[in-house]
Amino acid sequence: MKFQVEIDIMPLDEILDPQGKVVQRSLGNLDLKGIEGVRIGKHINFKIEAETKEAASATVEEACKKLLANVIVEKYEYTLTEV
Amino acid sequence: MKFGVVTFPGSNCDHDTVHVLRDVLGYNTVELWHKDHDLKGVDFILLPGGFSYGDYLRSGAVARFSPIMQEVIQFANKGGYVMGICNGFQVLCESHLLPGVLMRNTSQKFICKNVHLQVANTNTVITKNYTHNEVIKVPIAHAEGNFYANKDVIKSIEENGQVLFRYCDENGNVNAASNPNGSVNNIAGITNEVRNVFGMMPHPERASEGILGNEDGRRVFEEFLQQV
Repeated sequence: MKFQVEIDIMPLDEILDPQGKVVQRSLGNLDLKGIEGVRIGKHINFKIEAETKEAASATVEEACKKLLANVIVEKYEYTLTEV
Repeated sequence: MKFGVVTFPGSNCDHDTVHVLRDVLGYNTVELWHKDHDLKGVDFILLPGGFSYGDYLRSGAVARFSPIMQEVIQFANKGGYVMGICNGFQVLCESHLLPGVLMRNTSQKFICKNVHLQVANTNTVITKNYTHNEVIKVPIAHAEGNFYANKDVIKSIEENGQVLFRYCDENGNVNAASNPNGSVNNIAGITNEVRNVFGMMPHPERASEGILGNEDGRRVFEEFLQQV
């Protein structure tokens, strides 16, 4: 089975995200009203071949924990869609 | 005592570090290559500054899985001396040889300037030649030097005396105004629990020769002079 993997990596809620703050202020300069809580993270996608969805998920989990995210300051979420 | 300096693709302080160890201090020093598994029998490994693997993903994250790092991690876990400067510090945190992580500076800017450091613990091989609370001047050059760890980790490294250097002003005041990058408790350098692994963001190898106008960093490397 082949899956399309979409991973979102975001700074943990308790971590200050100065980049997000600056961008939020900049959006204010555009006179766009009502925008709050801007936070900036990363999006990573790839394809994965595995016997089952569970096996694919286990591999993605390990990839996130070991390399793609630093869990001291980041959290991650992902989806797998069969292709 | 034999020293090894690792070169990753994107390292740019490796030659400066080799120069200080070999030419200034006269240590037996060899270059180590990121693709090798051979530590060449060294007793002290330095991970230099720079932008290993272009700092892709996160600083130090890709270097952590390079072939040489598998050996460096084993060497450190057996008690061998390993020190990371700037990008090397980031690599050591990503390798979990040191606690915490270096995040983007709160200013979002790359900062290249001289800063003052307070020597917070003189009971390690890299700080032995300083006096407690001595104020020294050493340059920094980084965009990701904002040291962070959660409250429990900070509490334990503070209680264990693992903080080696703190950013301060020229009079030794450790406060928000003398913190260049947002590091928790102004932390600029730390060691691990057993004190054989060291990391610091400032560059002592850039402050080790009179001709460069600053020798404050040189004592970091001097503990082994008698063993050359």
